[in-house]
Formats: sequence, C-alpha cells, structure tokens
Amino acid sequence: MSDIAISASGIGKLYKLGQRERYRSFRDLVADVVKAPLRRFRSSGKQDVGASTFWALRDVSFEVRQGEVVGIIGRNGAGKSTLLKILSRITEPTEGLVRMRGRVGSLLEVGTGFHPELTGRENTYLNGAILGMKKAEIDRKFDEIVAFAEVEKFLDTPVKHYSSGMYIRLAFAVAAHLETEIMVVDEVLAVGDLAFQRKCLGKMGDVAKQGRTVLLVTHNMLPVRTLCTRAILLAEGRVVTDTSDVRHAIGLYSGLKTEGENGWRRSVTPGSPESPLVFTSLRRVLSGEQPSLKLQILAELQSLRPHAPAFIAVDILDSDATPLIQAIPTQTPLIEFSSTPQEVVVTINLPPLIPGTYRVTVWAGPHYMTTFDLIEKPLTFIVTDSPQPGRSFPHGTDHGYLVPESTVVVRPLRGAKRTLEQCT
Amino acid sequence: MTETSALPILEIRPTKGFLSLNLGEIWNYRELLYFLVWRDIKVRYKQTALGAAWAIIQPVMTMIVFSVFFGRLAKVPSDGIPYPVFAYTALLPWQLFAFALTESSNSLVGSQNLITKVYFPRLVIPLASVLAGLVDFFIAFIVLLGLMMFYGIRPTVSVVWLPLFILLALATALSVGLWFSALNVKYRDVRYTIPFLSQIWMFATPVAYPSSLIPQPWRAWSGLNPMAGVVEGFRWALLGNASNPGLLLWISTGAVLLLLVGGLFYFRRMESTFADIA
Repeated sequence: MSDIAISASGIGKLYKLGQRERYRSFRDLVADVVKAPLRRFRSSGKQDVGASTFWALRDVSFEVRQGEVVGIIGRNGAGKSTLLKILSRITEPTEGLVRMRGRVGSLLEVGTGFHPELTGRENTYLNGAILGMKKAEIDRKFDEIVAFAEVEKFLDTPVKHYSSGMYIRLAFAVAAHLETEIMVVDEVLAVGDLAFQRKCLGKMGDVAKQGRTVLLVTHNMLPVRTLCTRAILLAEGRVVTDTSDVRHAIGLYSGLKTEGENGWRRSVTPGSPESPLVFTSLRRVLSGEQPSLKLQILAELQSLRPHAPAFIAVDILDSDATPLIQAIPTQTPLIEFSSTPQEVVVTINLPPLIPGTYRVTVWAGPHYMTTFDLIEKPLTFIVTDSPQPGRSFPHGTDHGYLVPESTVVVRPLRGAKRTLEQCT
Repeated sequence: MTETSALPILEIRPTKGFLSLNLGEIWNYRELLYFLVWRDIKVRYKQTALGAAWAIIQPVMTMIVFSVFFGRLAKVPSDGIPYPVFAYTALLPWQLFAFALTESSNSLVGSQNLITKVYFPRLVIPLASVLAGLVDFFIAFIVLLGLMMFYGIRPTVSVVWLPLFILLALATALSVGLWFSALNVKYRDVRYTIPFLSQIWMFATPVAYPSSLIPQPWRAWSGLNPMAGVVEGFRWALLGNASNPGLLLWISTGAVLLLLVGGLFYFRRMESTFADIA
C-alpha cells in the first residue's frame, strides 16, 4: 500500500572492531601490509570475519505507516543509534534495503554546525541549511523560530556569548521547524531546563498530530509513553518486540535492563588481589511490596590473609549512579578472619521509592577510612509499583526518589464564615 | 492517498561496485554549498586585528621577499617585466591554490561533527573550502591592478581567458584536495604532509622564475604540473609578454582533468565510510 512511509527489510550493519575508536596512520598500514602474508599463512586461508568484527544491527525489518509515531527503545549498544544513522543516511547498511517515502529530516543532535563566531541570525540560516531547509523556507519561518527560542534580543550577538540555555533553545527551535514528511529524532528532547523540555515535548506532540511520521530514539520513557503509538524494542542489534502496546514494550525494556544484574561473581586466585578480604559473590533478593520493600544482599566473602575484623555497608544509587541512600547495618557481628569462605546477609528495609531502576554498591572494610573491597553497582533492582497504593499516575524522578509516608486530612475550618451561597 | 504517492522515494542500500558520481545531487544541495562558503568567509578574519588586510599582506610580503632575494640579489630573469609584477602575477593564483588545497584537505576532518550527524553529499565540504578562497584572491587582485598601473603595464586582449585560468587553479586545488581530504579521514599523516608538499610544489612551479629558464623539450612537459599552466596562463593573459603557452596549457588541462575525475571517484568510493571512521 502507498501509506507505508518507511519499510526496512533485513538491514544489518557490520563494524570492524576498533574501526570507530581511532584513526589510522601510515605506520599501521605498513604494519598491516607486512603482516598480511604472515596472517594468511597462519590462518591457512580461512577468513577470520568473526574475530574482529561484530554486527551492530542484524536482520532488522519493520514497516512504519504514514503518521505513526514510533519509539525505538533498547539498552546502550542495542543498535538504536546505528539504526538511526542508517535511516538518516549518515552511514550505509552492510546489507538490506530501506525504502522511505517522503523527505526525511533527521535530528541526531541539535545545533549541528552552529558556529560560535556567527550570530544567532546567521546560525539559524546555516543550521537550517545543514538540516536540509531551503533559504526561502527559513525566511518564512524565521520569526516563528526566534519567538519559539525566546532570543529576539540577542539575534545579532555571536552565539559564543549565549548562555547554554539560549544556545540550546535556538538550536532546538531551528530543528523543530524542520518540516519533512518523515522525522528521525534522537534524544533531542533531553535538552534544556525542565520548562523548555516540556515545551519541546509539546512541539513533538504537535508534529505527531500533523500526520507526519516520527521515529523517536530515546532512553527517556516519558515521551515514548506519551507520544508514541508504537514501540520497537531492540536488543543485541535485533528486533525483540514491535508492538502498538507501548506499555508492554516499556515493561520488557525494564526487564531487559536487570538481566544478569541480580547476581555477581568473581573467582579469586590466592594472592592476586592486594586486599586481605574480598567479595567473591553477590546476590540480591527483593521481597515484599511497596511501601515496605525488603532488599536482601547475600554476600560471599573470602579471607586471603589474616585481617582486622571488618564490617559492611551498602549504597543505593539511581540509574545514573547518583547515591540516594546508604544502609549502615548493625556493626556486630563483625566479619572475622576465617580460612573458609563466609556468607554475610544484609537485610534492608527500603523506604517507599518512586518506581524506577536502582543500583546497589557494596563495601567492606575494618574502618571507615580503610577499604578492603568495594564493588560498584554489581546489582540492580527495579521498583514497578507506586509507593502510594491507589495513586498510579506515571511517576517520574524529577521531584525526588524517596516518598516519605504521608497522610492528609480535609475538614471544614472551624468558626469560618460562609463565603458562597450554597446552590440547591 | 493520491497525495502520498507523489512523494519522492528514497532507497537506502549498501553501495556495490562502480559508483556513479551523482553530481546532480550537488546541484540539489547548492544552497548548503552557498551557506558553507558564506560561513567560511564570514568566520575567516573574525577576531583578527587586521581583518581582511591579511588577504593583501600575505602575497605582498612574499612578493617583496622574492623581489629582494630572487629579483635583486640572484638576478633571476623575468622576461623583461619588472620583477615585482612578474612575481605577484604568479603569487596570486599560487596563493589561491595553496590556500584552497590546505583548506580542502583538512575540510572533512574539520567537519566531523557535521559528517556524523547529518546527511548531505560530502563533496560539498571540500568544494566549499575551495570556493571560499576566492574572496581573498579578489582582494589581492586589486593590488595587482595597482602594481600594473604603477609600472604602466596594460593587459592585452587575452585577459578574457583569465577566468579560465582561475578555474584551472581551483580545479587543481579541488582535485588534489579530494584525494587528500578523503585520505586524511583515514590517515592523519596527510595533515603533516601538506605544508611541505606545497612548499616543494611552489618551487617546482615557475612562480619565482620564468618557465623560459626550462630548456625547450621539457618546457611543455612541465605542464604536467597543472600549476605551471595556471601561472604561465596568468602571465600571458595579464602581462602579455610571453607567447601563448599553447601546448603547455593543454597538457596542464589534461593533467587536471585526469586528477579531478580520479579524485571524484575516489572520494565517492570513500564517502560511505567517512562517518564510521571520522
């Protein structure tokens, strides 16, 4: 049918390892040339594709109808950015075919090509041209862009003198006025202060309502939940789910995040770590229900040398690794030196928490100034339910993480006069 | 759905085999080209005390140094033309070329932030840096007119060919710039090669000396260096002293065409990998 805006079939992208990280010099080339015959000799003619390459994206197929707003979600390294780069023609797929109907505008970054020495007015034209707008088009929308960015007074000031907020606002304003039938958008909503983010979100909502096709890649689930009519979940370069049940996809995404993070283990060969007492295994068990969740940390420790009695502490951090609370368990019993491994169980009564992903860091030592072992963020747990039963609006962490128990009473003010005639 | 079927269809697939140059696409992006040239010109002399005067200072100072050392002390012949005019006429296209070559060779690496974020035909980038050199050229050209008046030299009719020689200088810079800019993305050695390459190249080009110093059978073949053709062409068109460089010019033009076509194909071939390795 002709209302398919994007149709991708079997796209894949193969990267050579190391290709992205650094550029080469002639010396490397010379070294490669010298080694090449040797390598061929060693590998006896076999092609070693697997060793130094990896598929950032493989067998990705989907169709997007005109006017759909599709969120592409997945963990870091799932292939979202690669997919976006292919769709916006920045990089080529290694295999597969994409057909797109209509002009494609891609916003992988706001303010691409902004030059600090140029004024706001000049940068608006330059940036617009880079994004693919015609000069006439920019002329027409210029006032609107400036009004949206709220930088009227500074139009003829070089942007290097702008505050970072003004800079971002202008950059987003130009991008937001790009009018192509298909928009490919990366994380750009995560710019500016909160008020401006709301404004951007509103603008994206308008874009969606105009019947344009939008592909949105983001880590922030809020726009996905509020704007998208469909979500595609990527993992390891493949499509895991493609569904119009956006909430379901977000749930799966949250689940993916914890995979392998409820346990941690390492093998210790005697003498290898400096420290006399080390963690060899960590597990976590989350039980109970909000607002009284119970988190248990089951730690296995091994003494490698005689050591002073030690104790343990547990930090709880948000998903960006900002410490939120720390558990300081009762000091005794101490962990004494032992020739056999020991298990330590820490039980933490969690305060009511805003739903989200939390990470756990574990420490052991004999004194607050001395660390025997510190394992940063080996464990993750997810809180899904509201801390206040019955209040199930989407919770965000913009206003904090901890939800102290609170009650409310509503009653008439004693002795007050009637201010309105009662309607009967 | 009649409306949607009128929309352009874009196909994205891996490129294989022999590529077409697709120069029509450059035409579609002519506004971007214009804005990039405009940006380069605007930004060039920002935060300099002397501003656009630099466009004059550089060739004039070089001309003075050449006149003292080559003209006065070494007594290099200048085909009967006052040495300062003789040297300046060659320095003009030379500086246009050298500047365009340096800028275009470094242009892709300098535009990494664009390349990894937005699609457009990458050819626009080196092309814009080559064209941006023209402004300096025209500013410096005014000095040449002054010099010619001072020495009472009148251009001949052949001055109508001048734009062609300017084009030839730009084409030379672009063709070498295409190779270098694409190589520079992969091998940063290029950046260090350019300054001394352009120095050697200048002495291989009859800037400070007349090509009449080169013995005859070889003189025409010195046109294999396209800048020799450009410099000789400039002197012929403006000063009207020497005879028509003829064969030398044809050889230069041929050499540029070969370099340019090769550069374009090489650039196109590498284009798809720029974003991955930049």
